[in-house]
Order: sequence, then C-alpha cells, then structure tokens
Amino acid sequence: MTAARHTVFMVQRQARNLMREPIWIALLLIQPMVWLILYGQLFKNVTRLGGFGTTSYVTFLAPAIVVMNSFFGATWSGMAMVADLDRKFVERFLATPASRLSLVLSQIVRSALTAGLQALVILVVALALGVHVHTGALGWLVVVVVGMLVNSAFAGISQGLALLTRREATMITLANFIGLPLLFLSSTLLAQRQMPHWMRVAADFNPVNWGVKAARAVVLPGTDWSSVGVHLGYLVALCVVTAAFANWTFRAYRRSL
Amino acid sequence: MDAIVVEGLRKRYGDVQALDGVSFSVREGEIFGLLGPNGAGKSTTVRVLVTLTHPDEGRAVVAGHDVAREANAVRRTIGYIPQESGVDRYGTGRENLMLQGRVQGMHGRELRARVDELLELVGIADAADRVVQGYSGGMKRRLDIALGLVHRPRVLFLDEPTTGLDPEARVALWAEVARLAERETLTILLTTHYLEEADELADRLAIVSSGHVVVEGTPAGLKAELRGDAVTVELVDGQVDDARRVLAGADAPVEATLADGRTLVSRVADGGHAVPRIIAALGGAGIAVASVSVSRPSLDDVYLHYTGRDFATEDSGS
Ligand SMILES: Nc1ncnc2c1ncn2[C@@H]1O[C@H](COP(=O)(O)OP(=O)(O)OP(=O)(O)O)[C@@H](O)[C@H]1O
Ligand SMILES: [Mg+2]
Repeated sequence: MTAARHTVFMVQRQARNLMREPIWIALLLIQPMVWLILYGQLFKNVTRLGGFGTTSYVTFLAPAIVVMNSFFGATWSGMAMVADLDRKFVERFLATPASRLSLVLSQIVRSALTAGLQALVILVVALALGVHVHTGALGWLVVVVVGMLVNSAFAGISQGLALLTRREATMITLANFIGLPLLFLSSTLLAQRQMPHWMRVAADFNPVNWGVKAARAVVLPGTDWSSVGVHLGYLVALCVVTAAFANWTFRAYRRSL
Repeated sequence: MDAIVVEGLRKRYGDVQALDGVSFSVREGEIFGLLGPNGAGKSTTVRVLVTLTHPDEGRAVVAGHDVAREANAVRRTIGYIPQESGVDRYGTGRENLMLQGRVQGMHGRELRARVDELLELVGIADAADRVVQGYSGGMKRRLDIALGLVHRPRVLFLDEPTTGLDPEARVALWAEVARLAERETLTILLTTHYLEEADELADRLAIVSSGHVVVEGTPAGLKAELRGDAVTVELVDGQVDDARRVLAGADAPVEATLADGRTLVSRVADGGHAVPRIIAALGGAGIAVASVSVSRPSLDDVYLHYTGRDFATEDSGS
C-alpha cells in the first residue's frame, strides 16, 4: 500500500518535471510520427511480397511502430535513474521511510506511461493516414497496453543496468548494443514469413516480437484472440521478472553504500 | 538520556578503513560537533547513523532505536542534511518540500502549513515556487536544511552545513541552527572543518582522525586540557639558543622555534604573570626583545594537537 502511494508521489514528481520541458514534449510527440511516416514511405511497396495480411503497408506497420517506439524509449529509461543517483536524490529518500520499491518502480511506471501516451499519438496519426483498427476501441486499448508492457519489460532491464553500472556512457553503449538487433529479429518492418528461417525461430523468443504480434493481430482482420492473450501473458510475466531484477539490483546498490 | 549512542563502528571500503572503531554519545537536546580533517570518517559516521550505510562492526542507537534493526523507526525520527545536496533541481522548492513531507507520512493542510512555515523560517519563501536550478548556493543549502526539518525530527544530522557559504551566510546559518535547536527542541549532530563553527555552536565535540575519535569533550574543556597559554617572543637578533636557556630558567620552557629563526613560543601556566618575568629575564641577559604576545589556547591548538599536526613539529627549526 505504502509502496503504491509512494510510487504515485514519485511518478508525479517526474511527470511535473517533464511537463516543464516543452522541447521534450514536442519531441515525444513528433518522434513516433517520424518513424511511422518515414518507414511507411520507405517500405510502401513491400507488401507485394505477400504474407503481410494486408496490402496497406502503413496498416501493417502502425501497431509495430508503437512497439518499436516503446522498446527504444525503454532502453533509455535507466538514464533518469543514473541522474537521480548522481545527484544524490535517491540517497535523500533512502534516509527517509520512503518505500524502497517505489524508488525503482516509479521510474518504470513513468517510462511506461510515456510509452502509452506515445502509443495513442501513433494511433491517431495512423488513423489520419487511413489505418483502420479492425477490432475497434478494444483494439486501440490492446495496442496501448502492449506498448506499455513492452516498455516496462525493457525499462526493468534498463533500470537494473543503471543501478549496476551507474554510468551514463555504459547505458548508452548497451542501449545501442541491444536496440537494432532486437528490432531486426522481429517482424516489425517485414512479415515474419519473409525472414530467413533461423531469424524466424529467434523472433519467437524476442519480447519485441511478442508485442508486435499481439498489437498487429488486433489491427489486422482475422484476429486470433487466444494468440493475443498468450503474447500479452508472456509480456506481463516478463515485466514481473525484469521489475524483480531491477529491485534486486537496487538492493545490491543499497548494500554497496 | 542519550539521543545518539555510537559503539565501536567499523567500516571498510576496499583498501580504505573508513571507520576504525568510532565511539561517542550525544545527550538529548545537545549540539554535538564532529570535527576532523578530510577523509577522517565524519560523513561515513553520519551515514551509518541515518541508516544509509551498514557498518561492518559496531552498533548505533538513535533516539532509542537501533539503526540496523529498527531502521524505519530511526528514519521517522531523524532529519538528514547531507554533505552533497539531494534536492531535485528541476522541481521547485515547495515541490521538494511537499514530496519530502509526503514520504514522511504527512499530508493535507498540515503538510502545506508546515511547508509554508519552513520556507519562511529558512528565508526562501520568495523563491518557493521557482525551480531550484535557479537558486544560489546559499538558497539551495537553506532548502536542504528545510528538507531535513519537514517532519519535525527529534534528531538532526548536518553534514558540513556551511561548506560553500560566504562568511556572512555562514554566520547567519549558525544563528539559525542555534535558534532551531532551541525552538524545535532538537538534538543536533553536525560535522565541520571550521573550528570557529564548532566552538560557536557545539555544546560538546569529538575530534575524529583516521576513522576513530581521538578526543571528546566540551570546547572549553578541551582548550583547558591544553594547559596554559602560549607566549610568543620575537627577538631583535637571532640569539635563539641563549634565549632558550634564559626562558627555561624563567619557568617558561620553549616549546617551539618558528621558521624565521628569531621567534620562540613558550607554554606557561598563566600568560599575564609570565610576561613581565620573561621580559625581565631576557633583559637581564642582554637579549633584545622585539615583541611579546600571549594567546589563550584556541580550538585550533586542540585540533592540531590531537590530529597530530602540531605546529611545534611542523615549524620547529631543529
Ligand atoms: N562509498 C565509498 N567508497 C569508497 N571509499 C569511501 C566511500 N565513502 C567513504 N570512503 C572513504 O572513507 C574515508 C572516510 O570518508 P568520509 O567521507 O567519511 O570522510 P569525511 O571525514 O567526511 O571527509 P570530508 O571532510 O572530506 O567530507 C575516505 O578515505 C573515503 O575515501
Ligand atoms: Mg564528509
């Protein structure tokens, strides 16, 4: 209970600070549109290859861009933790009864809320580009939830690494190291059928691809709800595991003081 | 009753023995100073007391609660103003205070009133709704202090509260701390490099060096322990050896010869009585005296004496 209340306080603080950054807000909103429009144009004709479930590439792409954007955002989420550690913000609260869990969880929640907001923006832009979400309002909700889950799952890892390394440079290297490989090992840009066999197999173990599959399934016709449910389940489980990892690294950090 | 009891704290970081058996105690309502050179272990001691750092050995009790076993009870009773500020630079002063109060379990009108009161008390009410990034160093330090006080702690830890403040602000802050100790009935532990600060504020103090307490007492008591006054005699010519002999005979043994080769420092029981005797004796031996001065022991002398940086060994010509 205390953990939940303190998490809300900490998220409020981060949200308020971010609201003071108009440039940050502008980029937050523009960036996903750039992905959608750039990739949408670049690969426009690729659906001719077949296996995309639609002839409109932008319809195929939009839900995946939500996931990709959430994933990229998450890989950077540990940077805020590094800054809070550096500025002794975290230590200040460690000398109070503040819930220890809330100090980590609030970073993940803030990151996921941002991703959820961006998911909405992408869906609205997609709508303007003529994308029709086949399952309607429920589909919109699923896409936004998937965006938040993918983000929290990777944010947990990013927070954990931030607490282990406490170095911005290391964080940047790691974000770059895992970012593109996981993107290309997924069906974000191309239908899974068009990928080489080994990559198709690898993609099944890629959480980014779980998200893409679930989000895409509710946008395209012929939604397989049980597959959506299974992939959402995988993502929830992964979120729990990575949040536990982040919390464990936080304990290690506290012991090192 | 003792507000803080520290017994045999040890803490090692890699090759560095940061604490090597620190023990002392602080009575309720007292202002207690921890004094010592850089790296002596002052901050580490404070960090153990505020539950941030776990000692390898030893035990500490704050306001009746063991810091290891009842950490949360300790955290509710203490205020901590760290050496390095932990304010959220992108939030306003008021937001920082509100958040601090909330995690301490305060809320609603009570919290808002307390925050207003503190902003007023530390004198940053005008800047309360500005982002902290734009505060001056002194304003930030005042906010740090307010943050430590939000929940009306009974024991306050101030780690070098005046570092980075100009002399005027420093003196103002001393007055502030003294007033707070009075008004909020606080026990205060403060660390400092400034001897005048400890002398001015502390009821009692401990000098820490290389991870342990070398001496503990009241400022006056510690000064008195360095029995006697220092008499500094400056000679016209450098007849140092003759003067040494004469002064020894005059019951004013020379403790040190300064590097200029013509200034001697003697330790005597009572400076007032010794000066005429010294001048007469030197005059009788035909040694010309340029000046004589008496100084009562200062906390500097105590500090230098106990941290092993006595000027007698540093400046002595022989
Ligand atoms: N987290 C840490 N990791 C490694 N060494 C540390 C750590 N904290 C303190 N030390 C070492 O322990 C010793 C005592 O440090 P501490 O900060 O307690 O000194 P201090 O008396 O507060 O000094 P100062 O007056 O400079 O603030 C120093 O040698 C310091 O380098
Ligand atoms: Mg220190």
